[in-house]
Amino acid sequence: MMPKLRPQYVPILATMAVFLLLFSAVSVRYGGFFSWFQFSSLLADNASLGLAATGMTFVILSGGIDLSVGAVIALASMLMAMCLTQWELSPQVAIPVVMAAGTGFGAGMGALIRWFRLPPFLVTLAGMFLARGIALVLTNDKRISITDHPIYDWFFDTEIGWSDYQLPLPAIVFLCAISLAIVVARSTRFGRTVYAVGGNERSALLMGLPVGRTKVKVYALSGLCAATGGVVHALGTGAGDASIAYMLELDAIAAVVIGGTLLSGGVGYVLGTLFGVLILGVITVIPSYQGNLNSWWTKIAIGLLLLVFIVLQRFLQRHGSKQ
Amino acid sequence: MRETLKTVLWPAVALLVLLAFNFFANPNFFHLEIVEGRISGSLVDVLERAAPVVLLSLGMTLVIATGGVDLSVGAVMAMSGALAAVLLSQTEASLTVLLLAALGVAAVAGAWNGFLVSVIGIQPIVATLILMVAGRGIAQLMTDGQIITVRGSEGFSYIGGGTLFGLPFSVTIVASAVIATAMLTRWTAMGLFIESVGGNEIASRYAGLNVRWIRFLVYTFCGLCSGLAGIIYASDITAADSNNAGLYLELDAILAVVIGGTALTGGRFYLLGSVLGALIIQTLATTILMTKIGDKDIPTEYNLIVKAIVVLVVCLLQSAALRGMVLRKAVDT
Repeated sequence: MMPKLRPQYVPILATMAVFLLLFSAVSVRYGGFFSWFQFSSLLADNASLGLAATGMTFVILSGGIDLSVGAVIALASMLMAMCLTQWELSPQVAIPVVMAAGTGFGAGMGALIRWFRLPPFLVTLAGMFLARGIALVLTNDKRISITDHPIYDWFFDTEIGWSDYQLPLPAIVFLCAISLAIVVARSTRFGRTVYAVGGNERSALLMGLPVGRTKVKVYALSGLCAATGGVVHALGTGAGDASIAYMLELDAIAAVVIGGTLLSGGVGYVLGTLFGVLILGVITVIPSYQGNLNSWWTKIAIGLLLLVFIVLQRFLQRHGSKQ
Repeated sequence: MRETLKTVLWPAVALLVLLAFNFFANPNFFHLEIVEGRISGSLVDVLERAAPVVLLSLGMTLVIATGGVDLSVGAVMAMSGALAAVLLSQTEASLTVLLLAALGVAAVAGAWNGFLVSVIGIQPIVATLILMVAGRGIAQLMTDGQIITVRGSEGFSYIGGGTLFGLPFSVTIVASAVIATAMLTRWTAMGLFIESVGGNEIASRYAGLNVRWIRFLVYTFCGLCSGLAGIIYASDITAADSNNAGLYLELDAILAVVIGGTALTGGRFYLLGSVLGALIIQTLATTILMTKIGDKDIPTEYNLIVKAIVVLVVCLLQSAALRGMVLRKAVDT
């Protein structure tokens, strides 16, 4: 007898199925695609997006939204480059400093949301303007190259894995972050509180859960993830740049939604976000294989996928509430 | 009425403070002269540049009043501009047909958002996110990813570049749109219905309002406003630029509405406040462009930081929690 499928698993299974279908279809259609190299670069190229989406998953699970992640990635990449070149800090110091700065930035937004009960949409919008503005002002809108720094070569050349199956460092960082996030969401007090707050804030409060503190932590975590994404971007591309990752918050939200997380909060899995990011990644590379397809098709395709998943979730929600 | 005056007072004061600052810091700001039958100067410039955001904020005000939000307005702007430019450059369509088609595609886009929100019951942020992502793609599809220049049609370039009553024609269009919207909502019961849906959806349904239909209409109207903004923008820059038309404008429009005193949670709305909000945003940008510290310009990058501070200050001013804290302290001491 088939075990009964729980409704909350349907979206994430659908996401995995879409990814497998898409991946196989692209592999069959374009001979060069199905290789370890392509798969590892799929992970590595989308590492900053994936990191931001990982943090975004927690924010959305808690019922909020974070529009600042793209700007924080840009700010962090630029801070990283400035730490290494202008202030001549060693990477061992610079990386924690940048990550702490991102965490602090997120915690600041979370504090505003907690204590003044401001809508997350507006606070993180202000955060987006602020982070992008600071990044642009600090650099006068110029790239800061760090290709001369030894860390760049080390970061670029280092791969981890066994025999033919090596993964570049950005991919490793992304996978580690996702694995950590899965553990945090599933088996820590903080993770369960996030689900509870997103599911029903009032009940969470009545149960005596630390709702306010959890909200601050969630935005701090998102800031940390985005800052890590910025560090990876700076080290991976060899430059700090204030104008990268424009509108990346949209892709991050899309990845989370396609990954099966409900935007109203409380329902979803971090693992789904990994597949959401991979789906977006595959869709984005298709035009580089198919000459007559242009990049705007990717936008339309992402929009369609969003539609399908949102309607699917809506249907499941209705179905669930009727029982 | 008193409530409205009290709410609109704040953005009006903010705008006056900005203008007063300019009065001392940049006397040039108020310099007006008539060039070829058209008044020109920074004040007119602010009005002309604010035109698209004012239009967007009109539709956005009503959407936000129902408790929703429309993230797709920038993308819809790009779509209508793209369609107008394509029809103009590749077909013999008359100006009327072309404008109707461009507005039509925008209205359909708005109706689609309305359908998703009111019939399927998807949260507004998510529902409009779909078109925000896909709409720009559709616009690029129409223009084949190119920037299409639309020189040559006098009628079309008049919309964004013509002069009427000594002012840019777009100012007249926007002013008429503001008046029309105010009349539609305040001289009929529609405004009350919208506020009622945003205030308490369930109570409105029990009171016999067709909540779905009102939501649907509001999103369609917001699409129409975005379409008109897109036409003005395309005509102003005499080109359809699908990549950049309306980029980030959804955020400015939402900001204008919030500065204007309409709460994101829905309920009462203030059209005049939103118009003032849009003017504040543009005056701020122009002020930063013109102000000099010593003899150095302020880099335009500071615009974003100032905007961030404005958003936060406005939010905090409207925050009931902050007011509670301050009041409680006042009572304690």
